[in-house]
Amino acid sequence: MQIRKKGMLVAVAAATVALVATFVAPANAGTSSAACANVGSGYAVNKGATVEVFTSVVGDELSRYQAASKDFTACTGITINWNGSNSFESQLPVRVAGGTAPDLALIPQPGLLAQMVATGKVATPPSAVTNNVNRYWSKSWRDLGSVNGKFYAAPNSANLKSLVWYSPKQFAKYGYTVPTTWAAMLAQSDKMAAAKQTAWCGGLGSGSATGWPATDWLEEVVVREAGATVYNNWINHTVKFSDAPIIHAMNTVWGWMGNSKYVGTVSTIATTTFQNAGVNIPTGGCMQLQQASFYAASFPTGTVVSPTGDAWVYYLPGINPAVTTPVEGGGEFYAAFNSNKATQEVQTYLSTPQWAVSRIKAAGSNGGWLSANTGVPNSAYSNALDALSAKYLADKSSTFVFDASDAMPAAVGAGTEWTQLTNWFATGASATTIAKAIDASWPTN
Amino acid sequence: MSILNRTRTPKRAAKGLAESNPGRKLLGSKFATITVWTIAALWTIPTLGIFTTSFRDKKDIVTNGWWNIFIHPHLTLANYHAVFFGDGQSGLTNGVLPYFINSLVITIPAVLFPITIATMAAYCLSWVKFRGSDFIFFFIFALQIVPIQMSLIPLLQLFTGGVHLGTVTLIPKLGIAGKFAGIWLPHTMFALPLAIYLLHNFISSLPRDLMEAAHVDGASHFTVFRRIVLPLSVPAIAAFSIFQFLWVWNDLLVALSFSAGTEGIEPVNAKLAGLVGTWGSHWEYLTAGAFVTIAVPLIVFFSLQRYFVRGLLAGSVK
Amino acid sequence: MSSFWSANLPKIGQMIAAIAIFLAVLGAIFFIAGRANGKKQKPIAITIFLGPALVLLTFGLVGPAIKTFLFSFKNSYSTKWVGFRNYQWIFTDPDMRIVLRNTILWLVITPLITTALGLILAIFLDRMRRESIAKSLIFMPMAISFVGASIVWQFVYNFADPSQPQTGLLSTIVRHLGFSPTNWILTQPLNTFLLMVIFIWVQAGFAMVILSAAIKAVPADIVEASALDGASGWKQFRSVTFPMVRSTFIVVLATMVVTTLKLFDIVRTMTGGNFGTSVLSNEMYSEVFVRFDTGRGSAMAIVLFVMVLPILIYNIYNLRRERSIA
Repeated sequence: MQIRKKGMLVAVAAATVALVATFVAPANAGTSSAACANVGSGYAVNKGATVEVFTSVVGDELSRYQAASKDFTACTGITINWNGSNSFESQLPVRVAGGTAPDLALIPQPGLLAQMVATGKVATPPSAVTNNVNRYWSKSWRDLGSVNGKFYAAPNSANLKSLVWYSPKQFAKYGYTVPTTWAAMLAQSDKMAAAKQTAWCGGLGSGSATGWPATDWLEEVVVREAGATVYNNWINHTVKFSDAPIIHAMNTVWGWMGNSKYVGTVSTIATTTFQNAGVNIPTGGCMQLQQASFYAASFPTGTVVSPTGDAWVYYLPGINPAVTTPVEGGGEFYAAFNSNKATQEVQTYLSTPQWAVSRIKAAGSNGGWLSANTGVPNSAYSNALDALSAKYLADKSSTFVFDASDAMPAAVGAGTEWTQLTNWFATGASATTIAKAIDASWPTN
Repeated sequence: MSILNRTRTPKRAAKGLAESNPGRKLLGSKFATITVWTIAALWTIPTLGIFTTSFRDKKDIVTNGWWNIFIHPHLTLANYHAVFFGDGQSGLTNGVLPYFINSLVITIPAVLFPITIATMAAYCLSWVKFRGSDFIFFFIFALQIVPIQMSLIPLLQLFTGGVHLGTVTLIPKLGIAGKFAGIWLPHTMFALPLAIYLLHNFISSLPRDLMEAAHVDGASHFTVFRRIVLPLSVPAIAAFSIFQFLWVWNDLLVALSFSAGTEGIEPVNAKLAGLVGTWGSHWEYLTAGAFVTIAVPLIVFFSLQRYFVRGLLAGSVK
Repeated sequence: MSSFWSANLPKIGQMIAAIAIFLAVLGAIFFIAGRANGKKQKPIAITIFLGPALVLLTFGLVGPAIKTFLFSFKNSYSTKWVGFRNYQWIFTDPDMRIVLRNTILWLVITPLITTALGLILAIFLDRMRRESIAKSLIFMPMAISFVGASIVWQFVYNFADPSQPQTGLLSTIVRHLGFSPTNWILTQPLNTFLLMVIFIWVQAGFAMVILSAAIKAVPADIVEASALDGASGWKQFRSVTFPMVRSTFIVVLATMVVTTLKLFDIVRTMTGGNFGTSVLSNEMYSEVFVRFDTGRGSAMAIVLFVMVLPILIYNIYNLRRERSIA
């Protein structure tokens, strides 16, 4: 609190100076001691330098990145240009190959990171970054930022996918409770079905990425039934889609999201956009939706997202007791495309708990940003949804797995797995047919 | 003198045509009118849908059809507010106006440059006969099919690194990536095949005797181009300008690839596309965005439309 | 406000300067080159008129086209030659067969319907009052950015489970007519035709505007003469108007063919290429930008290029014919 107030004072003072001498203000902006206290020590002052971070984040979320990096700019004089694009995934390869690579890119898929490393344009991070990552992140996160065993990219935010959206108000109205086991969840869904309610809703539509929500459903069930080892072998194809554990998981998914008793006309899931899938949860038009925490933004304005409000989440319960607290998540990684001093300073800062705390504060009660950085205390989160998610992500006993489709080769994870699972929901073809079609497209070289 | 006469007479004649020409009435102007208005009405239904949706809040949009706005009017300007000023803390801190200016600064030269160059090329291919001119014309036509996506990387490499053959530099690096020129140039390149094709169709049908008479009088190709071809081609140029304007104005691909993270040159379209949020949650803003950005192209359409009724194309009589 | 202008005036100045320089250079070249006479006049004219276009096309399109051709024989990261493997995959993969079938369907149906509709509209518009209002309404879809329009088309074809709120226009109309709607977007091959409707909705305005300009150009005296000869509407159209706009009709048709082949945003936003609706250009986009397989994407681009050859040949034939008449 003390530090924040001081920061405010400095900001007011700086604003006054800026008003008095407009032309001098930018040059004076560097090295504010209050800002430096928030940033941490060891950064060289580099006035006037600008470092571009290219990201898929846009809109409000992007402006929170800008707000979160103000202290760093005030302390070091390095301006971070957060540049967001909806077409990040297609633009990054274009820019890297075209010679206008950004200084840093915030990459959401390990597959894309590997592709960028393959171009030879990704710079090795300075030792300060490697040290931070070794110190603050678990091995699974470090491995996700590495390609062929060599570490390249520090993690940024993490997100938790293993959530179910529901309406506490509607649950209270009909006397439903938050289930803690898979069996209880389905038993309660049966009750909803008997009461002529739509127990589950879902949507796969997402433009050229149509189908991705179904990959999440399958991944959740695979880790819940078979555990992390089988899950990770599935990513590298030593366990095939047509092998017993995955087929079994597909049948479980079909008994859940492919069950017309729960979802009504199954094929409409294939033609509904994922953004619109759960918009009727607050009014009871649909009771539950499996979707990650970012879905909060898709509810209409005025929806109260809280444990007693119109919409809230519960943790998607486990299936196999041998797999303790299965958690599926995603995340982003910072790759640098040069070794400039300023780029490395920014890269180092972004791997510290100070940055994560600053970014969490910038989100404030809106939330929507969490880190798997173990240096961040859970008390830093002022948003209840984030605090709940961070609890599962930081839980040492939980079984954490990364989004498998993001980690598989793009031909499958962004190709046939999407199209075949969409086809599955559209036509109700057998799990074996679908699985074989996906296996057949696995790249051979 | 004779040119002026040729071009003006049909104009006057065309104006009086609708009332005086019995031939046109024969087909039944009533039938024509009904058909056109029916199609226009059908065509407007989706447009109307976008328009009404832009005034509804998301809860209404997803729970009942947009035509219900006529039964239960419940209007909001929230989508427009978000488009003009951003919603809360979004990236539109200075409002949408600077991006409109960027769009104009990108679009006007990106229409003018290709059309000028294409008119010149079209004239050359139709009236300055030389061996291989037909081949070049068909080759340019075929280039239309080259997907722009395939050109993005080579062009960016050209802008940032130049062209080298071994150690010999054929073209030095242009250094225009992230500048307006870096967006004008690709738009110009991508517009040329269609522009040359369409304008060639028109210019090649200009009356031969006009050209020949001018050359007999000792006029050079440059004089013929400026004094005869350019004035006579105004309708065709106006028509193509509208479409090139629309394509550039509504373009996202070139803007995203060539603005290379330079906030100061981002067009309004690219900026609004970002408003929907990282996960596309606020897609409802796009309906308002569509109507905010449509204003400028419509002004262009209305102001250029008058060139179509002039009957200037009298030249196509051979 | 003053800060607004200080930030934005330089941009406008930059634009005006660029235009001024462009026109000044052009003017100077014309002036100097116009002085040349004798034998050198023609080569100089060719260089100046055609040179800029050829240089720009060489770097902007020809170079990339050659690169694409080479990439189509390489693997996904363009690191290894793979011969005809990518082409073999296009023509043997069962899903790709559907894609090829759809592409041909689009190619045969949409350009003809769009151009014919544009011609009918242009003719009818020519003989009615308040022409410009009707014209503007039909032209409007062309001006709306498709990102916004796609949202409403999703609501036109939307189909919801009977237990859920109904937001689909088509379903609602069908229900009011007493039939039971189906999930339109899932119903093959109907869905491909429903997507074509969107294309026609967008592009009819283009065909109409260009053809309308051509019809306005048919000299009034010719039309009047034929009317005095007692030609009926249809006969007059067939014997006078159509021959006059024939070449423009073919140009619009060819342009529509090319636009159809390049189309991908309708398919991408409406179905993402699922449910048997994908077309070659959509798959090409996905291969290059979603699945990062440059090899397959490039091979698809080459197949598209080959598909446009028939219309190219027809154009050559047509142009030759016209030249021989003239």
